[in-house]
Amino acid sequence: MSPVKAASELKPENERHVAPDFALKDSDGKVVHLSDYKGKVVVLDFWATWCGPCRIEIPWFTDLQRNQKDKGFEVLGVSMDDEGWEVVKPFLSEVGVNYRVVMGNDSTAQAYGGVDALPTTFLIDRDGKIAAVHVGLANKKDIVDGVEKLLQTAPKVADNRVADPASSSGAK
Amino acid sequence: MGEVQKVAGKRGAAVQVKIPLAVDPGYHVNSDKPSLDYLIPLKLTWDKATMGALEGGGVVYPKATQEKYDFEEKPLSVFTGNFDLTASFKVAANAPAGPGIASGKLKYQACSNKACYPPKTVDVSIPYQVQ
Repeated sequence: MSPVKAASELKPENERHVAPDFALKDSDGKVVHLSDYKGKVVVLDFWATWCGPCRIEIPWFTDLQRNQKDKGFEVLGVSMDDEGWEVVKPFLSEVGVNYRVVMGNDSTAQAYGGVDALPTTFLIDRDGKIAAVHVGLANKKDIVDGVEKLLQTAPKVADNRVADPASSSGAK
Repeated sequence: MGEVQKVAGKRGAAVQVKIPLAVDPGYHVNSDKPSLDYLIPLKLTWDKATMGALEGGGVVYPKATQEKYDFEEKPLSVFTGNFDLTASFKVAANAPAGPGIASGKLKYQACSNKACYPPKTVDVSIPYQVQ
């Protein structure tokens, strides 16, 4: 098991790496790409229903979605539940999650460094780059402050939202 | 998981085996009876097809401890540190004399105070000798 890393500050812009794109299905079966969120600040939350710390953070993300959505912000949840929507859908209804959730898989987790510990939360800037990673239960203020800082910054590049490892390797 | 001692018994005899487990400092696993519905319990199961000469396999879990963590208001029922599971078998009446291995599956899910790790299932092997 990996040790839990401390929550981090926003990385300087020149040290940020492009967030890998993915194609994952939401609860309606619709395919969602990270690149769909081009130009927005995104909180990308890897979580699971069996994860207590994840359950603490989800209401924070619901508040953020409600308060910041109109400013070019979105939360995107990635469930890592092996049991799939059968367990995730009831939980989303029970908690009143107001943002999109997709079903994750091992290849997506690997693209994001393995995501061994949950929750793991990525703050992604308007240019599609990873500005911060929080492994384990984060400090709410770190998340909120990070999002607010990122929202104050305009996108620098018009069309380089994501790097798609599949397309660069020729895989489909 | 620690080493499981070999068990020996005559046909029809009742035998018990201790399965020693260890959780790293700073981590815990949910007990066999977690405090909350959403938590995944520790569970040792046997499949008749892989039990060889042993039958039964009832498991006695140790008494869990109640620990408070940052992510829950109330203490949780968990196992930490070193502990044993005890499994009870009966040597099959028609078992051939000699050695064998019975195997089962141990499922658990671990967390620290701040993060949780995906549930894992590991093989548990019980070496035995039918006398």
